[in-house]
Amino acid sequence: MDVLTDNFSLYGKGFLGTVELTVYASLLALALGFVMASFRVAPVSSLRAIGTVWVAVLRNTPLTLLFFAVLLGLPRFGLVLPFQLFAVLALGCYTSAFICEALRSGINTVPTGQGEAARSLGMSFSQTLSNVVLPQAFRSVIPPVGSTLIALAKNSAIAGAFSVTELLGTYKTLNELGYSIIWSFVWIAVGYLIITLAISALFNLMEKRWGVAR
Amino acid sequence: MTRSTAHATALYDIPGPATRKRHLAYGVASVLVIAALIAWVLHLLFATDQFTGQKWTPFTYKGIQELLLRGLGNTLKAFAYAAVLSLALGAVLAVGRLSVHRPVRWLSTLLVEFFRAMPVLVMIFFIFVALKVQPLPALVAGLTLYNGSVLAEVFRTGINSVERGQREAAYALGMRKTQVTTHVLAPQAVRAMLPTIISQLVVALKDTSLGYLITYEEFLHAGKLIASNLDYDLPFIPVVMVISPIYIGMCMLLSWFATWVARRQRRNPKTEATGVSTARQGPVLPGGRDLRNTT
Amino acid sequence: MLRTKNIAAVLAGLLLAALAAGCGREGSPPVKGPRTDRLPTYRADTGFQLPKSPTWRKAHRRGYLVVGAKEDQPYLGEKDPASGVYSGFDIEIARMMAASLGFEPKKIRFRTIASANRETALQNGQIDYYVGTYTINDMRKKIVGFAGPYYMAGQGLLVRTDENDIHGPQDLAGKTVCSAAGSTPYQRIAADYPKAKLVAYDTYSICVDNLLTFQVDAVTTDDAILLGFAAKAPDEMKVVGKPFSEEPYGIGVPRSDNALRLALDDALEANEKNGNWKKAFEATLGLSGVPAPKPPPIDRYPAN
Repeated sequence: MDVLTDNFSLYGKGFLGTVELTVYASLLALALGFVMASFRVAPVSSLRAIGTVWVAVLRNTPLTLLFFAVLLGLPRFGLVLPFQLFAVLALGCYTSAFICEALRSGINTVPTGQGEAARSLGMSFSQTLSNVVLPQAFRSVIPPVGSTLIALAKNSAIAGAFSVTELLGTYKTLNELGYSIIWSFVWIAVGYLIITLAISALFNLMEKRWGVAR
Repeated sequence: MTRSTAHATALYDIPGPATRKRHLAYGVASVLVIAALIAWVLHLLFATDQFTGQKWTPFTYKGIQELLLRGLGNTLKAFAYAAVLSLALGAVLAVGRLSVHRPVRWLSTLLVEFFRAMPVLVMIFFIFVALKVQPLPALVAGLTLYNGSVLAEVFRTGINSVERGQREAAYALGMRKTQVTTHVLAPQAVRAMLPTIISQLVVALKDTSLGYLITYEEFLHAGKLIASNLDYDLPFIPVVMVISPIYIGMCMLLSWFATWVARRQRRNPKTEATGVSTARQGPVLPGGRDLRNTT
Repeated sequence: MLRTKNIAAVLAGLLLAALAAGCGREGSPPVKGPRTDRLPTYRADTGFQLPKSPTWRKAHRRGYLVVGAKEDQPYLGEKDPASGVYSGFDIEIARMMAASLGFEPKKIRFRTIASANRETALQNGQIDYYVGTYTINDMRKKIVGFAGPYYMAGQGLLVRTDENDIHGPQDLAGKTVCSAAGSTPYQRIAADYPKAKLVAYDTYSICVDNLLTFQVDAVTTDDAILLGFAAKAPDEMKVVGKPFSEEPYGIGVPRSDNALRLALDDALEANEKNGNWKKAFEATLGLSGVPAPKPPPIDRYPAN
């Protein structure tokens, strides 16, 4: 117990670091994932190819390797940025591939007949997309996107090894200060549980409000 | 997949001649953008002297090649251990979750839920730092706990999705619960869930690279050793260029195998009979987490 | 980045083809390192016996010594990635000690142990002793035993050669400084110079890499380590200022094994007297242009 009360600010800093990393990387992943998903369902074949390659490569890249390449590789091209930004970039790009797949399968769940009906009513492409397809797709992608973002929060732990302040990294300082290692880890675990459960609760709420009736 | 989108989807009709022309223009434009990007990256690579002989010659020596191969071997070793042990643990936990004894069921559920909610790296570090275990067993144990728990859910979903009639028929023939599970339910469940199981093994393969963070001498570690050597003029980019295609290639091969199995099964009447759809993975938990784990 | 990988795929394909064909050049890429021809040779004291030491008995039965070392510290403890050969001043000290304990040079096996795992490795008996920039302090003395000190290092700063603003730790305010996570130098900067922005990795080689890619402004740790790096790339990096701490380097041994510790103390003293110590220094760290200092007095602290 002492570990937590004595080092509350240290834990707090780590916790905030993980939350920030999760939030920023989630935003990047959602935006990039949306772009890539729209590429993957686009009628233009070269755009589809870009989307497919993006997803295939990033889904099969070990995240540690991606962190390694981005955090230690990009500075070689004269790109000097804070470590946290690099971490957000690596985490966001990686997760965007999974978000893209979730969104794409969501769009694919909308029956073709829906679009055909919309078009036969004289709706334009943008109307079909925004009034018919996307609202339905949105409902069915809530659970998979939620689980992808939970995975993102958990994956953010890797950033700690690349000198980004986050929750897991706090164990090093505590260890050096001579605190019980088991208890330091217990509180780190609690921190991660709080974050993952919060995301889970948020998406449960969203699903209850907008989700598909099952 | 690409062909189906070329036809009518919910989003657009089969394009007419004018639309096709417009699409062609978009296509040309995007190809140009990509070409420009490639040129820019190439320019950057040359401008920062990434293709100098000094940075690439280390790779031509047997010593370096052997170092990389040794690292690759260690990666595959960790993967093999983790895969076998995860499958075993997954089976045990799945049986526990389906047990008729309530304490066993609760304990298995608790374990599965906990290990799935924890970042795999936290577990690996805990085992490595707090329990003072050697790097390889620590990495394998962490991967096993996490992937085993996920696989337990996969197995359980698979068994639950076998048509009820199968189970009832087996019981009607006088089979015991163990017999029903091992002879009737498990074979069908495993066959139906095979693509998902293989996809989870891809996750395990990718996560072996976490061993790098606990000084396990795997592939990435070998790469770092070369990349950070001042005598080789810090060939970081060359190292990334060499090791990432191999890593990505291995994982893609395994992913591709999963897709291939799934496609073969879709044509297989045996699995169709069970009525399990492997393509759709809905939430299996109140938490809304689905089976496709993205670690 | 995606595109890089595609180009990389082609290059790697070529490389793999080369690998498959087995046409790799024999040996390992040329490296800068200690002048092997100038390294002293140590005569193994074959009749040596140390029955009181459980570590020695175990090693004797096994037939070889297992010595923990660092792998990424030029001129101190460095492992050639290709040949797997260890070299440097710490390695020479380890060889000297092995010879005095009656082990031929061929009967030493080096193992890389990261700083964070040194104590565990000694406690678990994974290694017989550890030579790798291991600072003696009271906290560590509670967990492991220390022979020596065999060298007196001090914390210093490594900067790029074009850096003119940093002359000592007092100039670090607002600068990004890299060190090993959880290390003593890291904690000293955090405590005494809170205005410096700290960055931490597990190994110093990544810190040096960050320095050369402008991600950090300085690397701080013991000057001995920094001198080794500076000697590898003297056009790009330099060590600045005076050492601002005292870091006596010791040989780590299992805490309960006082017989081994005192035997190593004797061996050190003998090698310092017969000139081996000075020769070893000159063939390794001395190549960075620093003359061999006087070795610090050996501390034979009482067992408790």
